Amino acid sequence: MKAVATAHGRTGPRFRFREPSALPGFWPALGFSVFYLSAIVLIPLAALVLRPWEIGLSGVWAVLSDERVVSALRLSFFAAFAAAVTNVVFGLIVTWTLVRYEFPGKRILDAIVDLPFAMPTAVAGIALATIYAPFGWIGALFEPFGIKLAYTPIGVYIALVFVGFPFIIRAVQPVLQDLEREVEEAAATLGAGRLRTFRKVIFPAIAPSLLTGFTLAFARAVGEYGSVIFIAGNLPYVSEIAPLLIVQKLEEYSYAGAAAIGLAMLVISFVILLVSNILQVALTRNQKA
Amino acid sequence: MSPQQHIDNPIRGGRKSAAVFITLTLAIFVVVLFLPLVTVFFEGLRKGWDLYIASLTEPDAIAAIQLTLLITAIVVPLNTLFGVASAWAITKFDFKGKSLLLALIDLPFSISPVIAGLVYVLLFGTAGWFASVLDQTGVQILFAWPGIVLATVFVTFPFVAREIIPLMQAQGSDEEAAATTLGANGWKTFWAVTLPNIKWALMYGVLLCSARATGEFGAVSVVSGHIRGQTNTMPLHIEVLYNEYNFTASFAVASLLALFALVTLVAKTLLETQFHDELAAQRHR
Repeated sequence: MKAVATAHGRTGPRFRFREPSALPGFWPALGFSVFYLSAIVLIPLAALVLRPWEIGLSGVWAVLSDERVVSALRLSFFAAFAAAVTNVVFGLIVTWTLVRYEFPGKRILDAIVDLPFAMPTAVAGIALATIYAPFGWIGALFEPFGIKLAYTPIGVYIALVFVGFPFIIRAVQPVLQDLEREVEEAAATLGAGRLRTFRKVIFPAIAPSLLTGFTLAFARAVGEYGSVIFIAGNLPYVSEIAPLLIVQKLEEYSYAGAAAIGLAMLVISFVILLVSNILQVALTRNQKA
Repeated sequence: MSPQQHIDNPIRGGRKSAAVFITLTLAIFVVVLFLPLVTVFFEGLRKGWDLYIASLTEPDAIAAIQLTLLITAIVVPLNTLFGVASAWAITKFDFKGKSLLLALIDLPFSISPVIAGLVYVLLFGTAGWFASVLDQTGVQILFAWPGIVLATVFVTFPFVAREIIPLMQAQGSDEEAAATTLGANGWKTFWAVTLPNIKWALMYGVLLCSARATGEFGAVSVVSGHIRGQTNTMPLHIEVLYNEYNFTASFAVASLLALFALVTLVAKTLLETQFHDELAAQRHR
């Protein structure tokens, strides 16, 4: 600690790992953090990155090009996308109402938005399966028309809507609250209709946060397991999600196969996060221009 | 709609659109949130209070509740310690690689819970990297509580850190620097200056971390082995009962977790309204 401090006391163009500070505790705090991060996150993730290749590139390809794996990955990503889009619509309506109108019970609604964060996924899963099953409260409404909700891909989608519900609302709410009314009022006074004001004034302002919320909801839904498996029915090729296939590969002791699917999910998710970040930067720049 | 009203609330429009928006919102809440919540309690209590209580007091249920409490009691302090240590390093000092560290802390949020379980199987499973070491020493991690702790620590990893880091960043380190100049040592500075400044944000993070730790399913289900009465946490116990078509008992245990979720929401809302300024720097996600 002392030695480091004197070394840093020297001036000149030397590389400095940290800026000098009067406060103590840097090395213990950083050391523990890095150790803990490595033990819990980095080393385990290294295993995920390295282990698929034990079966070689062709082995990994065989796992990932397997029809069943392809359809599971497709379902996970498409259902997550559809659910996130649905939540954009729901989120806009709910956020608008919560920010712009006063009505009794509003505080309670606002608090309960976070229910999907607080409610354990397995609890949500069995509840949703019960509601949307053929004899459930909502399932029974669709049954006469021959429409099955639970135990189909629609069931997966329904569970993912629940799971992703709060993200968009919590992302957009603060921005909409801070949006200056004057700008809207000016637009209205200048003769812009309500829809036009929304399109030209409000939407551009909330677009970046909307994208943030969308991406978070989407990322969460892709990996979701607990709330989905009860309602999905888990039919191979039809309503089987990618995380479930990982569990099955592990039950067959195919570690490399499980790791390959896991790594594929991770890579696809990161690409999507990256694209979203690039879009985000473009949106914010647009807004400033 | 009078012209005056139009000027006051150009976007809000008249009463009619208010009614439409509020009705739509209520409908969304009922279908998406209230129905699942009500179902849990309805199904749990459907066959009467006696069966409800019996479902919660049978030995396997009690074992599951105890295990869940044990796991939470280990995981939350660990992640709190990490949260405080990393926040101290990140917000009170300038060093190379800080933003990388920040990004890595958030990493577990974008990883599927099943993958969080999987990575520990890759390390500690029968064909895991450390399998031989574990064999020699006789330590069991998978299909035992240490594995459940690890998987839960992974999924709740960022909760405390991400609540206090933005706040401590906003507060800067002037007060701490003053305390140190006046002769306080590091610990004293932390306890007397930093902790009082961040206590509500810390509590907020601990609350969210506990809620998630108690209810984690995917990650735990991969590493637990589902040994009844031994490695089944409450969410896993719910799954086992449900798959045995023992719906009432399953929902009874689920209702306990749902109740805890509601208490969490109330506590969270209270913290947000009472101590808004002291949580101010945080971003809700």
